[in-house]
Amino acid sequence: MKIEVDIVKRLRSGEKEFLLRSQFSTTDRALVLFGPSGSGKTLTLRSIAGMLSPDEGCIRINGDVLFDSAAGINVPTRQRKVGYVFQNYALFPHLSVRENIGFGLKPLFGRLGHREGERIEELMEVFGLAALATQKPAALSGGQQQRTALARALATSPKLLLLDEPFSALDQPLRVRMRRELSRALKDFDIPLIMVTHDSDEVEAFAETIVVYHHGRVEEVHSARDFQTSEASLTETLRSQVARAYL
Amino acid sequence: MNLLWINITDPAFLTPLLLTLKVAGLATLWALVLGVGAAYALSRRDFFSRDFLDAVFTLPMVMPPTVLGYYLLVFIGRRGIIGHWLQETFGVTLMFTWQGAVIAATVVAFPLVFKSARAALEGVGAQYENAARTLGQGELAVFLRVSLPLAFRGVLSGGMLAFARAMGEFGATLMVAGNLPGKTQTLSLAVYSAVQAGNNALANTLVLIISIVCVVILVTTSKLLKPRH
Repeated sequence: MKIEVDIVKRLRSGEKEFLLRSQFSTTDRALVLFGPSGSGKTLTLRSIAGMLSPDEGCIRINGDVLFDSAAGINVPTRQRKVGYVFQNYALFPHLSVRENIGFGLKPLFGRLGHREGERIEELMEVFGLAALATQKPAALSGGQQQRTALARALATSPKLLLLDEPFSALDQPLRVRMRRELSRALKDFDIPLIMVTHDSDEVEAFAETIVVYHHGRVEEVHSARDFQTSEASLTETLRSQVARAYL
Repeated sequence: MNLLWINITDPAFLTPLLLTLKVAGLATLWALVLGVGAAYALSRRDFFSRDFLDAVFTLPMVMPPTVLGYYLLVFIGRRGIIGHWLQETFGVTLMFTWQGAVIAATVVAFPLVFKSARAALEGVGAQYENAARTLGQGELAVFLRVSLPLAFRGVLSGGMLAFARAMGEFGATLMVAGNLPGKTQTLSLAVYSAVQAGNNALANTLVLIISIVCVVILVTTSKLLKPRH
């Protein structure tokens, strides 16, 4: 898995201007974009998914060009084959758990195929949602909503999974449990991921590569492997990053 | 003979009632299709004439029906831009027909659907639509499977108001379709004719039915728009 991002985006809201300059490249399968809120992590994630068009630059995954301003390429979101788990999950409120998970498998006109139907049942089983199949998202707990969102994103077999602060909507004890559950599920599905977070515990739980954001720029890129051989500890480094970010 | 009410099976009552249901029903259908389409187009793209188009689409709500009727004459009248062409090519005229009444009712009912559909569609979080796109859905599927169902209550209440408005249409209809009993005379025109002719029993019955339908529609609409908990 090779992910290359090199983009520039100017955003204006009223008097304020925000400049995002995001550049990194990695071959690791688990990438964490780390930094305080408003530092450009989520904007980067949205650009990779195609929900936001950068002003210039390029985005490549395994050599496939998703965006290239010079060549005039901007692959639409629906063709990018990326799964996306939103910060507040964005489950379709008018559909049941089963319909949410099967959303990407069902054609606009017509019914679900037999194989697709089985895949949905299997996913609900894996994520412990089988008993909730006919419930609407509003009736689910935070953890159940997160599992539904994850199952929905994985149902279409994406090449890459993007997670935007996946634990921020959960309270602390649940967060620890869901973190364990998520990392187990991701190992089972064997899918490369990019996660956005401002929580250093999550970096330690998931990251192979850490991209540190500050004021719209990439400050540093670390590989978790470096820390196994060097003197510096990952925890220490992250702590100093956090301290700097909130200065 | 009863001087206060007439029998509801009397053709003097039944004919305009059935015609009104046909005209208002079809006008509502057209207003829904065009109104939702226009609302979707305007909520999606940010082009510079957007505010101007929004005003044009809302105009029929505030303009006098006679002025709208006049505009319709200019367009679909026998010598009108479209009317003349229809006459020449197909030998069809819309003047003084119930189809003409449908067009008049559609124009006055359109802004009610357009306004409420626009508010409802803009209330649908962009996130749901983006989620559908990441799941491989094209724009038509996003609209039909996500935006429209989530905006459904607003669209439906707009449709009901449009039906009530179309049912009560008088001015534009009179100018375009006239007041021909059995052909283009809808309920509201029949009320006018009945009062002019001093037929109080018929007027009472017509007014009562129209009032009941309008109250039912308004109560249902406000129920639809109340937030669910």
